[in-house]
Amino acid sequence: MRISVQDAPFDLGKESTDFAQGHTDMGAIVTFTGVVRDLPDDPLEVMEIEHYPGMTESALREMAQTAVARFSLGDVLVIHRYGPLYPGEMIMMVATAARHRKDAFEAAEFLMDYLKSRAPFWKREVTTQGADWVASKDEDEDALSRW
Amino acid sequence: MMDVLYFAWVRERIGLPREKIETEAKTVADLVAELRAREDRYDLAFSDLTALRVAVDQTLTDFDASLDGAREVAFFPPMTGG
Repeated sequence: MRISVQDAPFDLGKESTDFAQGHTDMGAIVTFTGVVRDLPDDPLEVMEIEHYPGMTESALREMAQTAVARFSLGDVLVIHRYGPLYPGEMIMMVATAARHRKDAFEAAEFLMDYLKSRAPFWKREVTTQGADWVASKDEDEDALSRW
Repeated sequence: MMDVLYFAWVRERIGLPREKIETEAKTVADLVAELRAREDRYDLAFSDLTALRVAVDQTLTDFDASLDGAREVAFFPPMTGG
């Protein structure tokens, strides 16, 4: 299991390849990558991500441990960036390894659902019109109820 | 002495990221009441508790949580990770 909270960019190809190495009993690897999306009506200049050092790492580790137990994962990787990020940049990734694909897919979705509303990150969007904190969505909170 | 931390717009409204507070508050709600009584900027930041979340010693909890033995309390809006 590896959890990394970092400001530096990550290499999706290298991270995925490294993660996929050495799991001879794991038949399925799923990766998800989140990317900074431009806004359709109001061009995004930068997205700033703030986090709570210390709690962020422990919250992500706890989620990852829950996912390992619940979906019988052989391994899990979570990388999440903070600081200023520009449209098209990768914000975060999760990777899961399981014996079969259903567990690997479900574990990745589980981690993403929890990461959205239980990991202490806050996004602030700076556009040509000004800057504002991104509001949480009810649907993100609702998404947790299926688990 | 307790470390009190603020994140995102809570930090902006209060005007600082963290401070040390001498308090006898028994619960998070007591601490919030103490802070609100200090100055308008605190009162404004804590005016709608449904818009806020709290962590005690880096674990998410509720506003009625005990502060017995707590060293660090953090206030912030709902999280927007991912």
